[in-house]
Amino acid sequence: MKFDLQDILNSDIKVLEKELSLSDNSILAEHRNQAFESLQKLGLPTTKHEDWKYCNLSTATKKSYSLATETSLTNTDLAQFNIADLGEANILTFVNGVYQASLSTIVSPSTELTISNLKDALAIEPNLLSNNLFKYANYETDAYTALSTALAENGTFINVPNGKAVEKPILIRYISDVRSVDTFAQARNLFLVGKNAQATVIELYHTIGAHQSFNNIVTEIALSENAILTNYKLQDESNAAYQVNTTQVNLLKESVYSAVTITLGGGVVRNNLNTVLNAERTEANLYGLFMPQGETLIDNHTIVDHAMPNCNSNELYKGVLSDNSTGVFNGKIFVRKDAQKTNAFQSNKTILLSDNATINTKPQLEIFADDVKCSHGATSGQLDEEALFYLRSRGLSEKSAKSLLVYAFATDILEKVNNEALKSHLEKLIATRLNTEA
Amino acid sequence: MLSINNLRASIGEKEILKGLNLEVKPGEVHAIMGPNGAGKSTLSSVLAGRSDYEVTAGEVTFMGKDLLELSAEDRAREGVFLAFQYPIEIPGVSTTNFLKTAINEIRKYRGQDPLDAVSFLNLMKQKMKSVNIDQALLSRSLNEGFSGGEKKRNEVFQMAMLEPKLAILDETDSGLDIDALRIVANGVNQLKNENNAFIVVTHYQRLLDYIVPDFVHVLYNGRIVKSGPKELALELEAKGYDWIKEEVDGVKA
Repeated sequence: MKFDLQDILNSDIKVLEKELSLSDNSILAEHRNQAFESLQKLGLPTTKHEDWKYCNLSTATKKSYSLATETSLTNTDLAQFNIADLGEANILTFVNGVYQASLSTIVSPSTELTISNLKDALAIEPNLLSNNLFKYANYETDAYTALSTALAENGTFINVPNGKAVEKPILIRYISDVRSVDTFAQARNLFLVGKNAQATVIELYHTIGAHQSFNNIVTEIALSENAILTNYKLQDESNAAYQVNTTQVNLLKESVYSAVTITLGGGVVRNNLNTVLNAERTEANLYGLFMPQGETLIDNHTIVDHAMPNCNSNELYKGVLSDNSTGVFNGKIFVRKDAQKTNAFQSNKTILLSDNATINTKPQLEIFADDVKCSHGATSGQLDEEALFYLRSRGLSEKSAKSLLVYAFATDILEKVNNEALKSHLEKLIATRLNTEA
Repeated sequence: MLSINNLRASIGEKEILKGLNLEVKPGEVHAIMGPNGAGKSTLSSVLAGRSDYEVTAGEVTFMGKDLLELSAEDRAREGVFLAFQYPIEIPGVSTTNFLKTAINEIRKYRGQDPLDAVSFLNLMKQKMKSVNIDQALLSRSLNEGFSGGEKKRNEVFQMAMLEPKLAILDETDSGLDIDALRIVANGVNQLKNENNAFIVVTHYQRLLDYIVPDFVHVLYNGRIVKSGPKELALELEAKGYDWIKEEVDGVKA
């Protein structure tokens, strides 16, 4: 069936339940009505909303899409996205928002890791889900979270039990198969990392085909005491792909969350990465590299909420903007009244490779405590002319010199990737990209 | 090899080179000396192709080609090398990293096959010895946190790697202690042969004790106003530039 998002908003949830054959699972159903009401009340944000001022999704929201279309994709089709030398990994694959068991492999023992499609998890771990699912991302204030909650079915459920370190990386592939139709897809994910537990999650976002896709991804992450989660995202979709990607992270005592978000493609990509440092001595590290080109737009909104004392956060987002593209960085740091001895650092640096590229950057810092160390800042500019001349005077073409300098600019984000296979995969993608650009 | 004829160049509204002439033949070392503001660095920059300067008149022929027509990179590929007075820092780019690209782009321009990794490393090792530079330095971000001496040695190392036909050393001696100066000069002298040439731009005679010039030219007010053998450098060192200024300005007046 085909519909646009406005059809959904104007519909009745009872009708949708039937039409979309939504699950009657009580955990999902419990929140569905409320989330749907909230969605109707909020409406989808437009550029009139302050938080969406520079992020115009109207082309995406007005279009009619097919939902949950079947796919004929095989692992051979997906081989082009493989990360060489990654070794064994737990792989979950979603095509157009639907979990594909035949394209997924779990290698870690079940004592170390529970991982499954959300639907299956509802049956296996009802208590964990009922206590955590929909509890972190706020569907009363955020329309895309409300949409995700109301129609939740598929997504990744991860639970790492107390004291377990998952050795193999968890690779989640979100593929849009738009070879024949325009598709709308959602994924609703929940990652739970237990006490003293540890895991690495790599998310890949790719497109196959030339039609339009719209992905609404919501991930809730809860870290227990002393848990460590490293979360890499590679967004490399087509120019006809639209994505809203919301990640809500809750950190308990001494836990560490580190994210590296690399956005190389997508027509409009909106990332909301929100972390709440909800206990003492927690740490959040948010790093990002975004490289829009052509007419595309990449918008990174982040929130670091220091709710408790003695926590650290580090944030660095780097943008490389070509052609007529637009970049947005909006970083909010809150340091609450109780959050004494906070160390919070934030920086956004952007290189504009073209006169027609635009960056809208807004670093924000709101401090209500008095004994803190915080800094924030943003810079934007062109490539250093002196550096270009230096390299050219050694025989490098202007193009080589430029790509070398851009590469160098991006390096400190890539250095944050501790998985060597992923790092060289990213290096290759970026090098290829720089070599094909003028 | 290099023939500069009536070269005039400006930056913005200000004319800096005002009709400069210079002939350089293979195997020669030319020293260009002169007071501050005479146009020494402008000459280096114009020859290397820095775009801040506008050439308003004159010709520069290098190996039979119109040098001014060539882009900065093509000048390098034809065999011109500039050792920078103030080598710039480039975070994230190591010397090893960009030199490999540079050498292979130069080789491609000359119709040669690219150097493989092993040959490149062997070449590096050999040249590292000649300027007494450490591998660790070459793997670090270019010039970032380098001492003055390290920066200049790195310039001479790059020169050794690229084996230019014409090397221009722009005040390579500034800020160097005597040991660093010897190392730099030694690197230049090892490279010197009957097929290449050097233009050594300097404020002080000191460097010329180690890199012995065939000719010394005095650049003043945008022109070469006096040329002579290497002894001229000693005379300038002893007497300063005032007598030259008087001679030139006196004639003008």
